[in-house]
Amino acid sequence: MNAANLLAQIVVVALAVAAAPLFMAWVGQCRAWLANRRGPGLLQPYRVLRKLFHKDAVLATRASSLFRIAPYVQFGAMACAAAIIPLLGTDLPFATAADAIALVGLFAVARVFLALAAMDIGTAFGSLGARREMLVGFLAEPALLMVFFTASLIAHGTALPAMATAITGHPLAIYPSLAFAAVAFLMVLLAENARIPVDNPTTHLELTMIHEAMVLEYSARHLALIEWSAALKLFNYCAIGFALFLPWGLPDRVGSGMLAALPVVALKFAAAGAGLALLETVSAKMRIFRAPEFLATAFLLAVLGLLVRLLLGS
Amino acid sequence: MRAFFFKPQVVGSLSVATAAMLAVPPLWLAIGAAGLLRPRSLRLSALWLFPLGAAAAFVLAAASLAELAEPAQSLVLPLGLPDLPFHLRLDPLARFFLFLLGAAAGGVSLFAAGYFRKGEGTAPGLLCLQYHVFLAGMAMVLLADDAYLFMVAWEVMALSSFFLVTTQHRIAAIRSAGFLYLLLAHLGAISILLCFGVLQGGGWQFTFDAMRQAHLATPWSSVAFGLAVLGFGAKAGLVPVHVWLPEAHPAAPSPVSALMSGVMLKTAVYGLLRVSLDLLPQPQWWWGLALLGLGLFGALFGVIFAAVQTDMKRLLAYSSIENLGIIFGGLGLVLLFAASGHPLMAALALSATLYHCLNHAFFKSLLFLATGAVLHATGERSLGKLGGLIHRMPWVAWLALIGTLAIAGLPPLNGFVSEWLLLQAFLFTPQLPQPFVNMLVPLGAAALVLSAALAAYVMVKFYGVIFLGQPREPALARAHDCGRLERIGLSWLAAGCIALGLLPVPMLALLDAVVRQLLGTGLGTLAPWWRLAPVAVERASYSPPLFLLVGGAVTLGAAWLVHRLYHGRVRRAAAWDCGFPLQNARMQDTAEGFGQPIRQIFEPYFRMQRELPAPDDPRPAYRVTVADRFWGALYLPAAAAAQATARLVGKLQQGRIAVYLLYSFVTLLALLVFVL
Repeated sequence: MNAANLLAQIVVVALAVAAAPLFMAWVGQCRAWLANRRGPGLLQPYRVLRKLFHKDAVLATRASSLFRIAPYVQFGAMACAAAIIPLLGTDLPFATAADAIALVGLFAVARVFLALAAMDIGTAFGSLGARREMLVGFLAEPALLMVFFTASLIAHGTALPAMATAITGHPLAIYPSLAFAAVAFLMVLLAENARIPVDNPTTHLELTMIHEAMVLEYSARHLALIEWSAALKLFNYCAIGFALFLPWGLPDRVGSGMLAALPVVALKFAAAGAGLALLETVSAKMRIFRAPEFLATAFLLAVLGLLVRLLLGS
Repeated sequence: MRAFFFKPQVVGSLSVATAAMLAVPPLWLAIGAAGLLRPRSLRLSALWLFPLGAAAAFVLAAASLAELAEPAQSLVLPLGLPDLPFHLRLDPLARFFLFLLGAAAGGVSLFAAGYFRKGEGTAPGLLCLQYHVFLAGMAMVLLADDAYLFMVAWEVMALSSFFLVTTQHRIAAIRSAGFLYLLLAHLGAISILLCFGVLQGGGWQFTFDAMRQAHLATPWSSVAFGLAVLGFGAKAGLVPVHVWLPEAHPAAPSPVSALMSGVMLKTAVYGLLRVSLDLLPQPQWWWGLALLGLGLFGALFGVIFAAVQTDMKRLLAYSSIENLGIIFGGLGLVLLFAASGHPLMAALALSATLYHCLNHAFFKSLLFLATGAVLHATGERSLGKLGGLIHRMPWVAWLALIGTLAIAGLPPLNGFVSEWLLLQAFLFTPQLPQPFVNMLVPLGAAALVLSAALAAYVMVKFYGVIFLGQPREPALARAHDCGRLERIGLSWLAAGCIALGLLPVPMLALLDAVVRQLLGTGLGTLAPWWRLAPVAVERASYSPPLFLLVGGAVTLGAAWLVHRLYHGRVRRAAAWDCGFPLQNARMQDTAEGFGQPIRQIFEPYFRMQRELPAPDDPRPAYRVTVADRFWGALYLPAAAAAQATARLVGKLQQGRIAVYLLYSFVTLLALLVFVL
């Protein structure tokens, strides 16, 4: 691990952290356009974050320190995840510290801390949100792991760079098993990031919320960190999707190739954001008890992908 | 008189560490007996005997760890039957489980020193005796090298733990829980006895050495394996012989639950390992497949039931069923690989399984002890009457948080390491000779990740309902944190969870000796110490220290930056009430509420009884009870059958002497006919 690699790694993480709200804004902007609205512009999340950071944090009287730690843990976990995922190259040093399974574990750390924090205040909505978040999580997490397993059977390893490299290296680059996995992954992405049809990120009706119900008690810098890490989470999921299903254009060593890869990656994100907005515009939110069916479908699709890979070797 | 009646026969010389290891079980017995000197004195056992027992446990752990990789040593004691003296043997497998026993029991004993108080039912001195006999029994199970000593130790362990479970024997429910435990323990013991009967293979030699040499035909070795799975499974809570766990664990005092769940269940794992990989010849592939299926089914079953429990110790008991299911599933994988000629993959799976045994000993003991502290502070076991204890009991709450995160399988704690290793074993499954098995193994991985993800759900429920939120009862405002010795015991176990999570490579290097002994191949060197890469770095690697370092640095850096660039001002205000100001603690989610989604999704798996209030009920109450389907499908019919048989046999007893004389006469006649 030399200095240049380390520097590249830090730059990539900083870039991900900085660009995540922009991606969130881009999705919002696309949704606004699709709904024939003008939209608040691409800088709106940054303005919101700035406003929140300046405010005094209001804590509920019963809040314990766990409640105050959770946003930082979540943010740290998501930033760490950005370092694991091969966003701008497959040769970054932190990638060997954790593989795909550890990445899923990292997401679980963030989820568990946020759910515990939501239960800490002891209001009806907080624990309702925590319960629903864990419900979504316990189904989405295995589905995500099965997606990774399908890719790991192709790559003969659970390291994310190995998966990206193996899939780029394939001449035809279309694996039927990965098609199943991709659909499953998309469903997990929607559920895990509290998007329609599982949750509605813009809702203000507490009874229907999952993510928002959990963070109802948060304010100011804590809320800012949670919002930021939610944006980072969506960003990370998209980056995982690119690494698994569209890994082309990723340089395999640190250097100027990474700069050249930047526009390609930006293009992928722009397309993904537009696609996500379209998907959200044309679908409606489900009842909460449809969500397990939705995620069970994702899980089964991923298992199917795995079996296709094993049976047909494709 | 033969020589061994005068002096023990030692094969090889006895090192200091070995001598220390062998001295610990008698020492425990002596400590227990000392408790009888003043059976009513709490001071004697709390101040002296339990801490002394803990010290002995730590000595045992340190000595076994120091000598883990040494070659096997045998010892014949001048005790036992005339033609079958007690054989002891210390090999890497036994030493590993002795380490597990010592390390977990040390923490539990320290906690127990502060935990047992007046009014626990059994007198303190007697309790001290039972507790230390239990410890010594477990140690002797691990040391035994012949079937006779093994069975004696096994029974000592079962009976002493039965008395410990029924400490509060004045409560009828606890007595019946104890009876159920005793019944299943003996069902298991009979099965193990029969297993040894098959294993001796006609030579009528009951030392384990003789069993290793006995050449069993394949059908007989399969019979022996089946009996071992039933016998040890009954002790380990393998579904469907798991029903005693959720009854006995809540009934027992918490340190006893911790020992039973953390350590005693592992002796069953030890037994199965000993029989299937050491005493039996080459395993069959279908043994592995059957065990894999049974284990993973048990894991899913346990975790689904854990999610709907409302008693905190029952919840943990079901979670033990889950964890032991994972361990048995892992063992199944080991046997499958070993039988199919993939020793390296078998070594990986065995390392993962043994690691999970160790992890479970630490985090489950920690959590059971935490429930004990909560029980003492509040007198409540029901999740519906707890809440908000993080404010009143910060030590217990924060230490239990470590256990909670560890058992939920979150990095960088220890639960994640074994899960990671086991998933690697599942994923790198080589081509097996049976094509359909190739397909079933990844499905096993799916079941494993599903139960691991559900475990996180269960643990959030467990921790959130007990320690977070508002206190659900006014009495909880008087809850107190645990005492000093209890804190030390809890901290030791929590430190174990962290250390095993951060340093898997040195621990796996130690485990290598055990793996090598059982399979002939180990994982080899896993350098560097900070990165776990069992296959190859570019294929799969996980580095917990780096992981924690970077995660911690980013988290702390973010906190520092936020406070530096902006400010750290905090105001306190009432929680947001959504415009409805009359909120109270009863409006929080309950344990039932938290389990409701799981109840709904897995409804067909439960036998549920709901009581809904009538619309005009002035004091509406909602109750739901969830019961085990095995109880109605398996146990009640078996009990009815046993009763019917007993009634038939009972008809022989007329209570009139003439009839009994007739029986004797008929018997004599029959014998005469038979002899002539």
